Amino acid sequence: MLYYAVKRLGSLCISLIIASLVIFTCIEIVPGDPASFMLGINAQPDTIAALREELGLNQSLTQRYFGWVGGLLTGDLGTSYTYRSPVSEIVADRIAISLPLAIYALSLTVLIAFPVGLIAASKRGSVTDVSVMGATQLGIAIPNFWFAMLMVLIFAINLRWFSAGGFPGWDAGFWVAMKALTLPAIALALPQASILSRVMRSSLLDTLSEDYVRTARAKGLTRRQVMWRHALRNALIPVLTIIGLQFSFLLAGAIIIENVFFLPGLGRLVFQAITQRDLIVVESVIMLLVFAVIVVNFLVDLAYAWVDPRLRVQS
Amino acid sequence: MTHDSFVQSLFRSRNLVIGVGMTAVFAIAALVSLIWTPYDVTQLAIANKMQTPSATHWFGTDHFGRDILSMLMVGAQTSIAVAFIAVGIGMGIGVPLGLTAAARRGGVLDEIIMRGNDLVFAFPSLVIAIMITALFGPSAVNAIIAIGIFNIPVFARLSRGAALPLWTRDFIMSARVAGKGAARISVEHILPNIFNLLIVQGTIQFSLGILAEAGLSYVGLGAQPPIPSWGRMLAESQTLISIAPHLALFPGCTILLTVLGLNLAGDGLRDLLDPRIRRTGR
Repeated sequence: MLYYAVKRLGSLCISLIIASLVIFTCIEIVPGDPASFMLGINAQPDTIAALREELGLNQSLTQRYFGWVGGLLTGDLGTSYTYRSPVSEIVADRIAISLPLAIYALSLTVLIAFPVGLIAASKRGSVTDVSVMGATQLGIAIPNFWFAMLMVLIFAINLRWFSAGGFPGWDAGFWVAMKALTLPAIALALPQASILSRVMRSSLLDTLSEDYVRTARAKGLTRRQVMWRHALRNALIPVLTIIGLQFSFLLAGAIIIENVFFLPGLGRLVFQAITQRDLIVVESVIMLLVFAVIVVNFLVDLAYAWVDPRLRVQS
Repeated sequence: MTHDSFVQSLFRSRNLVIGVGMTAVFAIAALVSLIWTPYDVTQLAIANKMQTPSATHWFGTDHFGRDILSMLMVGAQTSIAVAFIAVGIGMGIGVPLGLTAAARRGGVLDEIIMRGNDLVFAFPSLVIAIMITALFGPSAVNAIIAIGIFNIPVFARLSRGAALPLWTRDFIMSARVAGKGAARISVEHILPNIFNLLIVQGTIQFSLGILAEAGLSYVGLGAQPPIPSWGRMLAESQTLISIAPHLALFPGCTILLTVLGLNLAGDGLRDLLDPRIRRTGR
């Protein structure tokens, strides 16, 4: 297991290095001269020259890349061109909203999906199964930002249970802040929970039709015992994959949902940065999102090996 | 299976019939809009703005007085085209990669393909779209590229993951003993066995593609005005939702029903195509 973990850690580092190269290439090399790109076509040459100096564009590409990566490692992400403050400070403020939102939504997803999938699979073909599966079909098909708009209309504008948007900040108190994140988290979790329930159900059904399950039943175990001792663990493998996939959907989804609720998270930041052509901020936020996804995938791989010993022996 | 029983089970599968029916409605609406729409979607008629549904405007009019039904019909073109091409890109590149990785499991090629996948996968479609947009500006083509790239590792991982356990099965072993090479086994034995998974995932990705396109145009990264798109109609309706809820209701329901129809069709197809399900009558 340790060998496997170390080996995966190695490829994690390689992935991060390649990802940083890709992002650096796309943001700093593709536009030609980032300084004139950021200032637009009407910029004066001396303004461009000043920004080039400020961004360190007069150095060689290798120097710039290592400067950027070194900055990432030490937490110095440079200075935002439009905000005129350190990118790391701006980003830290925004993560304090986006990360709790993603974790809140992922927890809701798992809390809903596991029992729902389990019940549907163990009562296959029953009215419960059919209605649960029908509900998940709707949950998958609904655009989450539209669902969010409807929730705002019902729970914020009409019933006034929640605010229609904005974030009071964590200083306002934990529960006040969590309340502001509740509608966004539900909107994010609904489609993901629907998908995960279905995966959980079909994976359990597949496992339950395997020979070893029949053997276990034949030797006298009850259906429930077989489910818990044999089927569940084997059925978890595809479920884990999907949870890993879902994290990136949640991150990406959060970017859109933040727009519905006017939450000042990473998503709003990156859109503002795009319209202001603040490439430094765009580059840092993208690297951060990509870093998060790569690390989560690494953790999922470890979980894989923990659930299925065959995988770590093979590799 | 004989032709008769195939046709019978085709109609027995209620999901398939309903799903294909719903999908067909939207596909036909998109096709019809190429030659005819009830009203011109580029024509602004401020005097008629925000009318509720009526006999002349079935779904009402928007804040510029444009007919919502006509806009939804034209918007269907964008949604379907973007999602379809994006799934094509994902399957066409992802499945061969996944099968190759599984056939060379544990080898250098497997490692390269899977790490490459992890890398692409680390860029959610929205992040790819953001990067492309930051550099080249928003457009429907950029949305296709972003969603398509995102689909590649999904199909690659799925086919590798599904193919791996198959490689340890007896029937693959006998195929190897019979002298078949890895590529031939992948195509002749592995692919048919993971086909149902691919169809289900293909449907999920298609509907996700429609949702992603709507999401991208909602935040302004997809098709640009004046091309109508479902996502942007929702974005424009957001500030008006308390005074004119129908502006948000119809585009939202359209996306919901299209995606629902596709998913039902996919489920029905899986039931129809999966020999294991057919045999056991599950």
